[in-house]
Amino acid sequence: MKLRSALLGFAASFVMLAGADAANLQIVSGDTGNGLAVLREKLDLFEKATGNKVTIVPMPSSTTDQFGQYKLWLAAGNSDIDVYQTDVIWAPQLAEQLVDLTDATKDVIGQHFPSIVESQTVNGKLVAMPLFTDAPALYYRKDLLEKYGKTPPKTWEELAATAKEIQDKEREAGSKDIWGFVFQGNAYEGLTCNALEWVKSNGGGQIVEADGTISINNPKAAAALEAVKGWVNNISPPGVLAYQEEEARGVWQTGNAVFMRNWPYAYGLGNGADSAVKDKFDVVPLPAGSAEGDKSAATLGGWNLAVSKYSKNQKEAIEMVKFLASKDMQKLQAMKASNLPTIIDLYDDADIAKTVPIIPRWKEVFLNAVPRPSAPTKVKYNEVSSNFWTAVHNTISGNGSAADNLELLEAQLTKLKGASW
Amino acid sequence: MAVAESLDMPVAKAGSELIRQRVRAAWIFLAPMLVVLAMVAGWPLLRSIYFSFTNASLTNIEGAQWIGFENYLSVTTLKSGRVIYDGLLVDPLWWQSVWNTVRFSVVSVVMETIIGMMVALVLNAEFRGRGIVRAAILIPWAIPTIVSAKMWAWMLNDQFGIINDILLHLGLISTKIAWTANADTAMLAVLVVDIWKTTPFMALLILAGLQMIPGDIYEAAKIDGVHPIKVFWKVTLPLVRPALMVAVIFRMLDALRIFDLIYVLTANNSQTKTMSVFARENLFDFDKFAYGSAASTMLFLILTVITVVYIIVGKVNFEGGR
Repeated sequence: MKLRSALLGFAASFVMLAGADAANLQIVSGDTGNGLAVLREKLDLFEKATGNKVTIVPMPSSTTDQFGQYKLWLAAGNSDIDVYQTDVIWAPQLAEQLVDLTDATKDVIGQHFPSIVESQTVNGKLVAMPLFTDAPALYYRKDLLEKYGKTPPKTWEELAATAKEIQDKEREAGSKDIWGFVFQGNAYEGLTCNALEWVKSNGGGQIVEADGTISINNPKAAAALEAVKGWVNNISPPGVLAYQEEEARGVWQTGNAVFMRNWPYAYGLGNGADSAVKDKFDVVPLPAGSAEGDKSAATLGGWNLAVSKYSKNQKEAIEMVKFLASKDMQKLQAMKASNLPTIIDLYDDADIAKTVPIIPRWKEVFLNAVPRPSAPTKVKYNEVSSNFWTAVHNTISGNGSAADNLELLEAQLTKLKGASW
Repeated sequence: MAVAESLDMPVAKAGSELIRQRVRAAWIFLAPMLVVLAMVAGWPLLRSIYFSFTNASLTNIEGAQWIGFENYLSVTTLKSGRVIYDGLLVDPLWWQSVWNTVRFSVVSVVMETIIGMMVALVLNAEFRGRGIVRAAILIPWAIPTIVSAKMWAWMLNDQFGIINDILLHLGLISTKIAWTANADTAMLAVLVVDIWKTTPFMALLILAGLQMIPGDIYEAAKIDGVHPIKVFWKVTLPLVRPALMVAVIFRMLDALRIFDLIYVLTANNSQTKTMSVFARENLFDFDKFAYGSAASTMLFLILTVITVVYIIVGKVNFEGGR
């Protein structure tokens, strides 16, 4: 079967070479779960429709790892990669080396959420086309919460208490590998997302405010991080300090966690045939702090498609980007990979609502999502984020108190900022 | 070595036509290698050093401007009279990385040398199936680091890793340990994996040295009834020392540049970051290409200094004599 498809591909490549307009395109993407498989499915449709041939260059799923490689390729003027799948935070950092899509997408861009389009617009130039958006959810085990007469938690305190109780009772009952709560605690961009939610939902600001003020060194932020430190090795496995999305999903999907903080992609996979938690879980918005006026916060994520300035097939590449981000394809992606569409109408789509009920419910969460400070900190965002996640990782792994680490962080950020961001 | 000799000889016998011919031939044969070396090693090195004195960024490499030593150390006097030092030489994160790297290198190389020596002594003995064992022991060394690092990462995983499972069943630990999450155990995990991976390399180099030792010395010792442990300290070790010293320096240089294993296996935290990780992060992830170049240059300098000191203190002889 493999040989046959290889031969077919070989034959097809000759046909392509003979064709006048057909191009060989390369798209690079690092994705979680079944993201790459769904991308391949969409690309097969694109190949059939246009005669172009597209190869996927797979990357690790860590956005930090991807960024380093892409930056290097772009700096070297690499023409092998035509289309990059880019994180929502990268636009200001890569803008110079990406093609302006404003004119090419005039006809369709109006269908997308204006806030997402704006996040990908740098100096009036649309540098990437929104593909899907992301806002994390609190996954919880319906069966376990029902068994112990609990409701999904509204505050972090409630979450910790419920998690602890169920975890301890379940362990007594014999499932000794169960943990209360898993999240992404490794020192990487994902921890910045998690920690921003803890801090923001406790009224501790958003690290660097929209006007560029450094706000992270405050008692509310410190208290939020100290609380998280108390979770580790209590309701969360100690290994959570090395978990990224997929490690957390591993614990969750084998039925070993009561709660999980993760992106919507884990919804579809959790209901897959090989999942131990199939039909046993649901999602709610993340908890908030316990003080008056504290609101739940979800970090705005999401991925986009950008065309490299150095691509030799820009016309076909733009065509592909528009195809992949089109309504039909976003719908397919929503149903197969439970990714949130960026096209407003799709939230009212009956098929999506039936297959992935989380999506229509998630419109509200996503509309209130908190952006990471990538806009005010511009090209220095990565370093800001790295300093932040280091301070957080140090705190929750017991290296210094939250107050000390945040004070140091403030000093680092002030120095980094200099006269202005 | 032959080249070195022929280059030395003209001093003694200047003017001999034959010698001059040999020197010329040597240069002709060496030239291609020198050109390739200059291209793939010399040029990038010089460019890195150059960029460390500029304000280059990845997006604007051509427009780099010379700023002197500012990436290394800059002194600003504020209006109030306060003096502020800035730059790599006063960056605590950099020195933390240097310390992490040196600590890692010393421990790993010492352990690898000791274990490598033991393995080499075993392999040097005559026994059935020695060929197969010699080949088998090389397997960890033959696996690409990135693959073995990922493999170990799964084995060390706290929830479904086989290491925790084995230790739990043996009753050695009572709860699962998150090896790579905590800075202390993460370093331990990296050390174990590195020792597992590079001991074969050390063993092989030492074995080559052991096989150079003539067998009649051992026979003489045996006839004289010298205790095997004394033979090791008085005969084997001094004779294998030149090979051992060269092996150690190869490993040391490699260990000081460690990147992949740490990067894959541990969280990207300042507690485990090494010099190479620090340099890469500044070069590509952050918008500080010049600063990263300065870190690379410092890494190069630190390596050079350590090597030179080692060669002088250890009286390493690369000429192959004793």
